[in-house]
Amino acid sequence: MSTPIIIRNLSKHFGKVAAVNNVSLDIEAGAFLTLLGPSGCGKTTLLRCVAGLEDPDAGEIYIGDKLVFSHSKGISLPAGKRDLGLVFQNYALWPHMKVDKNITYALKVQKMPKEEMKKRVQESLAEVKMEGFEDRYPREMSGGQQQRIALARMLAYRPKVFLMDEPLSNLDARLRIDMRTELKRLHYVAGATTIYVTHDQVEALTMSTKIAVMREGVVQQVDTPDKVYHFPANLFVADFIGSPKVNLLDGTVDGNSSVDLGGFKVAADTRRAPQKVVLAVRPEDIAISTAPVDGGVEFNAYSVLPSGADSTIVAKLAETEVTIRVPGISKIRMDEKVWLTFNPEMINLYDQESGNLIAS
Amino acid sequence: MAAPAVAMQSVSLRLFAALRRFFRWLTSPKVVLALLMLVLMAYLIIIPLYRMLETTLTVQEKDVRIIPGAVLGEFTLYHWIRMLTGKISQVMLYAPLQHSLFVSAGATLIALVLGSLMAWFVVRTDMSGRKLINSLAIIPYIMPSWTIAMAWTLIFKNRTVGGAPGILEFLLGHGPPDWLSYGPIPIMISSGLHYYTFFYLFVSTALMSIDSNLEEAGELMGASRTRILRKITFPLVLPALLSGFIMTFSRVMGTFGGPNVLGVPVRYYTLSTMIRSDMKLGNNADGFVLAIMLILLALITVFMNQKAMGTKKSFETIGGRGFVTKQTKLKRWKGILTAFVVVIEVLIAILPVVLLTWNTFMRHSGDYSLTNFTLQHWIGVSDPNFNDGLPGILRNPLIWKGAWNSIRLSVVASFFVAILGVILGYAIVKGRGTRLSRLVEQLAFVPYVIPGIAFGAVYISMFARPVGPIPALYGTFALLVIVSVAKNLPFSSRSGVSAMMQVGKELEEAAEVAGAGAWVRFRTIVFPLIRGGFVSGFLLSFISSMRELSLIILLVTPATQVLASMTMRYIENGNDQQADAVIVLLVVLVMIGNWAISRFRVGSLEKGLGM
Repeated sequence: MSTPIIIRNLSKHFGKVAAVNNVSLDIEAGAFLTLLGPSGCGKTTLLRCVAGLEDPDAGEIYIGDKLVFSHSKGISLPAGKRDLGLVFQNYALWPHMKVDKNITYALKVQKMPKEEMKKRVQESLAEVKMEGFEDRYPREMSGGQQQRIALARMLAYRPKVFLMDEPLSNLDARLRIDMRTELKRLHYVAGATTIYVTHDQVEALTMSTKIAVMREGVVQQVDTPDKVYHFPANLFVADFIGSPKVNLLDGTVDGNSSVDLGGFKVAADTRRAPQKVVLAVRPEDIAISTAPVDGGVEFNAYSVLPSGADSTIVAKLAETEVTIRVPGISKIRMDEKVWLTFNPEMINLYDQESGNLIAS
Repeated sequence: MAAPAVAMQSVSLRLFAALRRFFRWLTSPKVVLALLMLVLMAYLIIIPLYRMLETTLTVQEKDVRIIPGAVLGEFTLYHWIRMLTGKISQVMLYAPLQHSLFVSAGATLIALVLGSLMAWFVVRTDMSGRKLINSLAIIPYIMPSWTIAMAWTLIFKNRTVGGAPGILEFLLGHGPPDWLSYGPIPIMISSGLHYYTFFYLFVSTALMSIDSNLEEAGELMGASRTRILRKITFPLVLPALLSGFIMTFSRVMGTFGGPNVLGVPVRYYTLSTMIRSDMKLGNNADGFVLAIMLILLALITVFMNQKAMGTKKSFETIGGRGFVTKQTKLKRWKGILTAFVVVIEVLIAILPVVLLTWNTFMRHSGDYSLTNFTLQHWIGVSDPNFNDGLPGILRNPLIWKGAWNSIRLSVVASFFVAILGVILGYAIVKGRGTRLSRLVEQLAFVPYVIPGIAFGAVYISMFARPVGPIPALYGTFALLVIVSVAKNLPFSSRSGVSAMMQVGKELEEAAEVAGAGAWVRFRTIVFPLIRGGFVSGFLLSFISSMRELSLIILLVTPATQVLASMTMRYIENGNDQQADAVIVLLVVLVMIGNWAISRFRVGSLEKGLGM
């Protein structure tokens, strides 16, 4: 019942700038794929190309077994014929129509019988927990409520594909977390293939079955959230994913399967590594102790930042700065001597020249 | 053998795909509408301009006898040489050109000083009665431009031209000097007073959007008041002053009414009145040469304006949200200054109409005794002793016909203006960033810089004979509609664009994704959201078409007279009181239109004028 989406060598230029640059993606039926990247990376343009709101200048797009776009064949199905729904960042509810009219708009276009339409309005309002809001105008509702109505509007005509363009970015932090829960549940229930655009890496990690990280129109990595988090394909992805940020330390490979980071050495799998590498280790993969540990490196606690569930500690050794995350509220005091141990299992090495992950 | 065949096929496939892509581009609504508008504007603007130029460069019927060996329709520089260097050039071209420049510069200066001062008082001081002052300031805009000129003659007329004496002569016993009765000074003053509204609106908008903090920062750093005004306030207001300048200058250059009332009787011709006189004599080619000169002058103004604006443009965005406007305390001057401003405004906005109305109730103009009161000019039956036997205007079927023509013209033209505004807005906004969209927008702007009377002249040459499938339109009502629509294109495009900008593109895209076709989207989403803009565009255009004269004066015929052109005819025939009555009637009709605007709360003149 669900629909896979295949994107082949898609490009879209604005003037001389390639907003989408030769992108290929295989999105399985029922997947929740997130396009993740900083603003201006082309993620929204890519989504709009799939929706049929932009005409790409190269490549092909299949939705299910339907070829909806092909540059070389001159095919481009209008957005309305692609059997998809789109939720906009600013909701785009029609301000001159009440909620029920907003929801039935697409159904009217399809010439659905009146009774059926009424039923659909009730169903989709129930799905987003907004029963009883039929007679409101969009301006009479809060941002969060408008967001839910925008979702209901999409759900009502039951498209095979859901497209969402930063749907949560206009909500306040609290509401955003609530809506994440609802959205994920909604996708789970409806099972529709979903492409979701966001610049928020936490959102991407929490909701997706797959994440495609983009930069300057090029897809950097497509993987499960787990893989993207633990094995970022290159330094850009490593740096973009995770909060607090990953530690990236320049070093040179030492013969004895360790990396010299200038002043101290860290054990790592260096079998395939070139001479100059960047060592990446997440803050939670570094153990910290206030007493000397075997194999530990002595640092100075530069700043300690507890935040309830966990604490972030920034430690310094000469010019080298390392961020560590520990559960709970840390008792470490500032300027205290600390000993750090790097978990060799969790260390990734990158080629300093190309910035790519060195397979281990 | 097989390989070339495959290659052949793929070439034809590629061609086929390219054709499909092209066809898809061509049939997208924004492109269809943009191309449609391009064709329309080529027809309404480019071809007429070309035809006019062509006429000045070919031998006309009249010339065949004058130029030895000339063949009708042949290329010739005769008209240009004659107008630029011939014996008549001084009288026909250079003198009117000087007069036009002189009068326009003077009028613009008066409008600038008056409008800016008024704006400053209203926006930046704590003066009272701001609302009253604001609405009085708009009134000149909705009056026919020669109302003040007519009132001027009532006050300052002397015996030089003949006719009844003015109020001043009645009071003082002797007439004012010639320079105050007719000629450049009165034209300058009456035009300046009429057009100061633009400066008032532009400058007050600019002043309102300047953050007082910028000025306070200067104050904190120890700058003197005049230094702040010169170094901070003035540069920030400069763009508004420049747009007010170009607007006023080109309007006065192209205006016909005032110079015709105050200049022609003493043979003080400007370019606009000279064009009319050439046309009347059938020297169309000569008139066209003058019209082209007028257009060139307007273009130079725009060019200079843009050069000056180029570097200053970045100021426009300053201010915006959350600014503070600090008001200067007038203290004990408050009452006097408020009264002073109101009195000036009343003198400009109310007094002229009152004087004209008064004049229509006098049996003999200039006799201010009660026994001289009459309703003859309004409802009297035909009497050979009055007005060359013309009946009172309300009894005159020609007036009724003119009023009907005025209303009909304004309604029909405004309807098209509003519709074209929507189409232009859609095509320009949806195509933002493309060359096609830019071209449409720039072309729609062209009529803005063509002075009114020159624009009318352009249309004479275009429609005197059939063009393609369109028959010769000279003398028809349709021509008046077309010229009014074309002249209003910049205005409709601006209001259409700003209305469309307020409708986020996502709103239409959401409907597109929902499966609605272009027409359904327009009907159910786009149009309902811009309806307010559509209606106010209609009403604003209605008002400006009602009192428009310069544009159509060359194109009206006895059958297509409108109220505005009838006043001119009466003035030229010396029936001033009838003319005054018609002006009053016109003002009343326009007032009703203005009332409709505020009544339906669909927009305001201030807003619509913001171009």
